[in-house]
Amino acid sequence: MYSFNYVKPGSLKEVNDFLASNPEARPLAGGMTLIPTLKARLAQPSHLVDISALEELKGIEVRNGALVIGAGTTHAEVARSTHVRDAIPALAELAFHIGDPAVRNCGTIGGSVANNDPAADYPAGVLALGATVVTNRREIAADDFFQGMFTTALEPGELVVRISFPKPRRAAYEKFAHPASGYAMTGVFVAQTNGGIRVAVTGAGPGVFRWSEAEAALAKAFNVAAVASLTMPAADLNEDIHGSREYRANLVRVLTKRAVARLAGR
Amino acid sequence: MAKVEIVVNGRKEAREVEDRTLLVNFIRDTLGLTGTHVGCDTSQCGCCTVHMNGRAVKSCTVLAVQANGADVMTIEGLARDGELHPVQRAFTECHGLQCGFCTPGMIMATVGFLKDNPNPTEDEICKGLEGNLCRCTGYINIVKAVKRGAELLQK
Ligand SMILES: Cc1cc2nc3c(=O)[nH]c(=O)nc-3n(C[C@H](O)[C@H](O)[C@H](O)COP(=O)(O)OP(=O)(O)OC[C@H]3O[C@@H](n4cnc5c(N)ncnc54)[C@H](O)[C@@H]3O)c2cc1C
Ligand code: FES
Ligand code: FES
Repeated sequence: MYSFNYVKPGSLKEVNDFLASNPEARPLAGGMTLIPTLKARLAQPSHLVDISALEELKGIEVRNGALVIGAGTTHAEVARSTHVRDAIPALAELAFHIGDPAVRNCGTIGGSVANNDPAADYPAGVLALGATVVTNRREIAADDFFQGMFTTALEPGELVVRISFPKPRRAAYEKFAHPASGYAMTGVFVAQTNGGIRVAVTGAGPGVFRWSEAEAALAKAFNVAAVASLTMPAADLNEDIHGSREYRANLVRVLTKRAVARLAGR
Repeated sequence: MAKVEIVVNGRKEAREVEDRTLLVNFIRDTLGLTGTHVGCDTSQCGCCTVHMNGRAVKSCTVLAVQANGADVMTIEGLARDGELHPVQRAFTECHGLQCGFCTPGMIMATVGFLKDNPNPTEDEICKGLEGNLCRCTGYINIVKAVKRGAELLQK
């Protein structure tokens, strides 16, 4: 690890000020992505600004029909929360299948969404549920937030403060986990929201994306047959030693079918 | 450099560390508690698992400064008055190890997840130990040891 200075400001305002005057500083939440990155010497921040204890980033509540989760909430807290289990059980389940227990005890929803790893789970949930990412500066719709591999709409010094999920009518997440890393080889989140059916795919492409053909087909007939006849074009998908793009294209369809089967029955 | 005060196995340790010092290096090199192992550099093997404020964490992926003010327990802190912890006894009884390198992490992870799930099924045990890799055993006796540990804890 290159050396850096560690600071732990007491309030969100102090964090904002610190980040504004130190352009090479990076926020540190659960550290489950950032610390491995530093250990591999893939980043060299001047400072780590510990935001994990900030009160402003904590808490899970239901507010005006939306489930609001503070950015500093750990995956374990989301998985355990009765608010989440009641409002959007698919999201609690998604959190429960991230990594392993020790990773879930530290890693946070804010860190996961800000990092936007192409194989991360939360981006699929945030995008399919049409959530709003609330930062220290503005509100960003999920459709505008994720911008491809490790890229988001966040500007330098901008922090995710909380994420607001409108309650869907029903939702399900199906993940084909990489057997060694636990990350999604492919994950599909299907949500029947008040604004229509949304299908978000992670792991398969260079960043999370919506599968609009499946959304259109499911809007006409919400059943497994509607998806079975579709094909996901493979050209733009990821290919690596773990699987070809055709393999991932097939996974997208299979996992979408499974998610729909859970919601609609066969 | 940073000053940290960390309670390790019930003893307050006040030291100066580099900001980039990992908790596992603080435990092993500064305190000389070498029961906590390092088996990888990708945060995947779980050999370094300790408890921080009662929850299992990978001490190779936490900075010592992040643990400032926290209560940390390592494998050395599990036994009480010379008596092995029930999960340690279960791993011995069931021979839940071969070379033993992964064992401290396996035991700390087990003690951690049995708090959430005191009576796990075999599938739940496998899921609970997902973050811990063993290169020797094939896991069969580890799973047995966890079951036995759960029983012993309830006695
Ligand atoms: C062994 C292992 C297995 C894993 N498996 C999975 C898995 O199966 N699925 C999955 O989705 N993830 C997985 N992860 C990643 C894990 O979920 C991370 O916790 C998460 O991606 C990052 O969250 P964090 O709180 O740890 O963020 P950090 O590592 O602290 O930060 C990550 C990045 O986000 C920035 N950041 C953090 N918080 C904020 C904020 N509030 N606002 C703006 N920027 C911020 C940081 O500056 C940094 O650039 C795994 C990690 C490990 C080590
Ligand atoms: S040493 Fe492998 S996970 Fe910590
Ligand atoms: S007993 Fe040798 S690694 Fe597990």
